[in-house]
Amino acid sequence: MTIPPPIAMLAELTHRCPLSCPYCSNPLEMARQDQELDTAAWARVFREAAELGVLQLHLSGGEPASRRDLEELVSSARDAGLYTNLITSGIGLTEKRLQALDDAGLDHVQLSLQGTSPEMADEIGGYKGGFKRKMQVAAWIGQIGFPLTLNAVLHRRNLHQLPRAIDMAVEMGARRIEVATVQFHGWALKNRDALMPAREQAQEATRIVTEARQALKGTLVIDYVPADYHDDYPKRCMGGWGTSGLNVAPDGVVLPCHAAQTIPHLEFDRVQEKSLGEIWRNGSAFNAYRGTDWMPEPCQSCERKTVDFGGCRCQAMAIIGDANATDPVCIKSPHHAALQEQANTHARQDDAPLTYRDQPKRAVVSVE
Amino acid sequence: MDAADIPALPRGVRLHFDKVRDTWVLLAPERAVTLDGIGHAILNAVDGHRRFEEIVDHLADSFGAPRDQVSTDSAGFLDALRDRRFLDITS
Repeated sequence: MTIPPPIAMLAELTHRCPLSCPYCSNPLEMARQDQELDTAAWARVFREAAELGVLQLHLSGGEPASRRDLEELVSSARDAGLYTNLITSGIGLTEKRLQALDDAGLDHVQLSLQGTSPEMADEIGGYKGGFKRKMQVAAWIGQIGFPLTLNAVLHRRNLHQLPRAIDMAVEMGARRIEVATVQFHGWALKNRDALMPAREQAQEATRIVTEARQALKGTLVIDYVPADYHDDYPKRCMGGWGTSGLNVAPDGVVLPCHAAQTIPHLEFDRVQEKSLGEIWRNGSAFNAYRGTDWMPEPCQSCERKTVDFGGCRCQAMAIIGDANATDPVCIKSPHHAALQEQANTHARQDDAPLTYRDQPKRAVVSVE
Repeated sequence: MDAADIPALPRGVRLHFDKVRDTWVLLAPERAVTLDGIGHAILNAVDGHRRFEEIVDHLADSFGAPRDQVSTDSAGFLDALRDRRFLDITS
């Protein structure tokens, strides 16, 4: 099988973050600050990524602005020839830092939105004053002229704010909004009772997005990630395992997707030990679910097998304990009906509290 | 696309030669669009100053192609980019 080069790389620069969103996609076991790759190591990884064929670099976290060397990292990524996208909550960015990022060649900013009101946003982000600060950062982004995508993360508690989120994107001058219904990985798995949308809410969101796309054609592009558990077919996760994208975690571990460490039998390589190209082509985790040979039935004989590649491996692991199985979201999975019922049950837990994500543990200090 | 429209690539959208795949691509926010020779020629003619009609004249001359055909193809290509917010128009 010929292995195409990856198009996109997600660089998780740090797991540190001022916010504690209960749906954070970071793993439950986070990398400590003293385990993070340093500036020079990231610069080398960016060069290797560009040589391998990566075009789009997503600088993420945690909160990437928590890295003091963010400006230098952007500069080295641009020098490597990569398109640089900053995925941020805005917290930690000042006008001066944004100007420095502009000087460094930053191409695009994706700003997350936890809610459209201070009450909602600050409760979900677990950070008082975060919304107000974010609006200030959005204004600076507009003044400098960075192309902006607003990333609205939606769930049962804030789905009613979707129309306002779309209006806000237009008001901010964003060219694009990502309407992302929470996907249940990482910390979100702990919060399914608190966050699972009701089926009717999910359908309403689809209707709103369809209408807004029509009304805002040429003004705002809307990318939509629908509610997963209520669907009849699974997502084409990562565009197919090991075909178009890869993640590098703060400590240099290279992952086929951000949740891949939840699959216990996979072994991962680190950029400190091997080149990115070697890991992409020959790493056992990348080859575990490449192509279609690994697929069980009903995927193996399904006409959709190269449409969705059997769905999400991490989801099959999380829900039925078998990463090799058909994604249980699929209507052809024997677990589909049970999952739909489970989703409805989660969605009825009106009083369920939010479980906020932790912060990375402090550095281990050895005492002589 | 009208004759007097002036198309321009907005900030954050740029042409890039992809050495690994040996092709030109259009890089845009979180997207990369592979360009064939025609797409690349059209975008090379988009400089933020030329009107659409001038771009069509230039391409028809360069390729010795019928002007109507060039106009239809270029308008379709540029309109699709505009719908994705990869292209700005002033007039």
